[in-house]
Amino acid sequence: MIILFYLSSGLFLGWSLGANDAANVFGTAVGTRMIRFKTAAITASIFVILGAVIQGAGASHTLGKLGSVSTLAAAFTVALAAALTVYWMTRMRLPISTSQAIVGAIIGWNFYTDNPTDLTVLSKIVTTWISGPILGGIFAVLLFLLIKKFTKVTKIHLLYRDSYIRYGLLAVGAFGAYSLGANNIANVMGVFVSAIDLPTINLGIMELTGAEQLFLLGGVAIAVGIITYSKHVMETVGNTLMPLTPEAAIVVVLSQAIVLFIFSSQGLSNAFQSIGLPPIPLVPVSSSQVVIGSIIGIGLYKGGKEIKYNILGSISLGWIATPLVAGVIAFFMLFFVNNVFQKDVGGDRRIEQKEVVTYKGQDVASDEATILIDSSESNYSTNIPDKRGAANKEKASNRSVYALVGLLLSLLIISALFYLLYKEKKKIRHLKRRSKSAEEKYRLKMDNLEKSYKDKIHHQLDLGKELKFRQNEMVTMAMSIIHKNEFLSSLKEEIIKIKAGVKDHETRMGLNKLSLMITQDLSIDRDREKFQMHISEQNSNFIHRLTESFPKMTDNEKRLASLLRLNLSSKEIASILNISPKSVEMNRYRLRKKLKIDPKVPLSDFIRNF
Amino acid sequence: MYEITPPLQNAVLPLHKLCLELRGSGFAYFCTSKPIRSNMSLLYKNVKQLVFDIDNFIDTVEQGVLVFKEGVINYLNDEKASFADKIERIDRLEASADKLQRAIDDNFYRHSILPQNVSDIESMLDKIDEIIDISKDNLYQFDDELPFFPKELTSDYIRLVDASVEAALSVFPAARTFFREPAKVRDMLVKVYFYEKETDKIARNIKRKLFHDIKDLRLSQKIHLRYFALHLETVSDRAESLADLLSILALKMSI
Repeated sequence: MIILFYLSSGLFLGWSLGANDAANVFGTAVGTRMIRFKTAAITASIFVILGAVIQGAGASHTLGKLGSVSTLAAAFTVALAAALTVYWMTRMRLPISTSQAIVGAIIGWNFYTDNPTDLTVLSKIVTTWISGPILGGIFAVLLFLLIKKFTKVTKIHLLYRDSYIRYGLLAVGAFGAYSLGANNIANVMGVFVSAIDLPTINLGIMELTGAEQLFLLGGVAIAVGIITYSKHVMETVGNTLMPLTPEAAIVVVLSQAIVLFIFSSQGLSNAFQSIGLPPIPLVPVSSSQVVIGSIIGIGLYKGGKEIKYNILGSISLGWIATPLVAGVIAFFMLFFVNNVFQKDVGGDRRIEQKEVVTYKGQDVASDEATILIDSSESNYSTNIPDKRGAANKEKASNRSVYALVGLLLSLLIISALFYLLYKEKKKIRHLKRRSKSAEEKYRLKMDNLEKSYKDKIHHQLDLGKELKFRQNEMVTMAMSIIHKNEFLSSLKEEIIKIKAGVKDHETRMGLNKLSLMITQDLSIDRDREKFQMHISEQNSNFIHRLTESFPKMTDNEKRLASLLRLNLSSKEIASILNISPKSVEMNRYRLRKKLKIDPKVPLSDFIRNF
Repeated sequence: MYEITPPLQNAVLPLHKLCLELRGSGFAYFCTSKPIRSNMSLLYKNVKQLVFDIDNFIDTVEQGVLVFKEGVINYLNDEKASFADKIERIDRLEASADKLQRAIDDNFYRHSILPQNVSDIESMLDKIDEIIDISKDNLYQFDDELPFFPKELTSDYIRLVDASVEAALSVFPAARTFFREPAKVRDMLVKVYFYEKETDKIARNIKRKLFHDIKDLRLSQKIHLRYFALHLETVSDRAESLADLLSILALKMSI
């Protein structure tokens, strides 16, 4: 159980690796809907575990050479430091690689425990980090040319090509997942290999050594990461690097898989040696960086116009910043674990403790954890021979100085990093505040605009209502005049008819008088005058505009125009003006001429739109 | 592999062989696109079905265009029985093309085949379908409106329909090539543009003749005939539009 607790940091690292790096293998395939996520996740999980168990030892062995983290507590701390670095730098949106983080954390352990860092191994690792993306680019170009040539020669139907590409993506993805497991399992479980000694399990057809069991566990953690979280990564950040076509995805994933395979295959390295070539360094490399190298390779082949060269800068920054940050965090955490929790973190410290125990000659070896460097110094002075004691004393004092300097340095760097983080957050807060205030201003402005718009619409509606009311009033008035005039006219006609049949002189005279009165009323109609005044008043602006545009217009013509504006027919106008409809037609014709209206445009339309 | 609809239900040949035999002969529309169980892998089976359907669809449209041409010539030569037969055939071919297009659409989306380019291919198939649709509509216009063609214009109208149909017939090989060698498509479209221009020229000549030289016809008749020149032109216009789309898609594919 305690082993599982110590392994938890490594398993977390494995989970995060699975969640992030599966997008490099199946991101495009799933993103372009060529392969379903379920298929991709199952394939990737199986092959990651296979790769980890079958071929994970090589790269792990190299990490062991760099620093053989010998205690469980130290391995836990180193893996946790790497995991925290990955988590923190990912949150800060900085370029990050698990491989570089774990190497940095191991170097941090080396520094803390005075374990000498093998510079040959370190240079081998760093060279691989640089050569990985370059190799990825070369392989990508070669594969790209090969696929191009193949497509040209074979003339495969577009739809068949699509199905072959699906199979290809699945096969290449499986190979990519295998290589990812083989190469990157060292990041996840590499530090625990020397710290945990598990017995070999015989499964009948094969045996699982302790290291392989750890790799199996790590592989399962990666698989869990792929199944539980990689879909989210594929959907959100999977394609931010560059949207790839399925064909390009095959090339990129295959070149990445080949590079990762090369740097993890012991068999290939042995084969190289057997033909007299130098062995291949088996080192964990960043799959993301190899993918970037592959994409840049294709971009350069195509002319290099679309490449964002600043991405190369970010990779280089990752090579330096990631190990540095991981190293400092590991150093600080080891100091903490060693001094606060009083756990053995291995290296020279453990050796020293054993020495102390031996010199004291007492049976306290089982209580290793309680023996600390600082507390043991008094024992040196009393129990060991002078010469050796002086040397140890000097060594212990040097170590204290180193530890102090290291601690100060790490505190300084971490403070600087926190300051940067604080600044960044402050900047984000400031930007958020600004955007919020801008949003608020915009909202207020919009509210005001909306309000004024509503007011205007309201006002317009009121005006419209009033206008309609006035127009209705005028039309009613006009209709009553028309009705009255029609009634009087018909009355006059009746009188004339009656008069024709009457022979009595007096009655005829009376009827004549009546007819004359009606005629007078028709010609001197007060209602009509009132109506015309009303019309003139209502249409004053219109009449003013007409007068300005056509100064030669007579009053009668202006009156006719005002009546036409009410949409009255010639007959109705004739009734109002007490003239014949024919005269109205004639007047309309003259008005049309005077206003110089296009023959295609109706007069009433012209007047209404004037 | 394929089921046969009633007219050929009693055929002795194995069904899939029969369908393959019928391919390109004008009777392929008897083969429905409904697949029968097979041992092949699901994806490959669907793709094979789809390839067959697309080829069948283009064949059907191609035959439809040829039937349209024959139908117009029949009408101009006053061969009523043959014309009626052409109307019936183009009707069947158009229905068959629509059915195939629906099956293709269904297959593309249901099995997520070629997800990156499916919308482009769908637009291309739509444009191909438009050619048979417009051909059918045009032939029906002859049947419905019974335009009167004076003898002196008959040969011009035959030349017009010939050029217009030739433009359409030149675009179909390009559509087929698009699926195998997109790079070659642009070279194949030269003929389409040539025949489209020829069609325009002939149509313009006809209109000029109608309104300048021919005096015996009423204005209404002239306008009627002018519309028929326009109707015949639309086939080549649609072919040109398909050619434009194909050249863009081919370029897109080769990038």
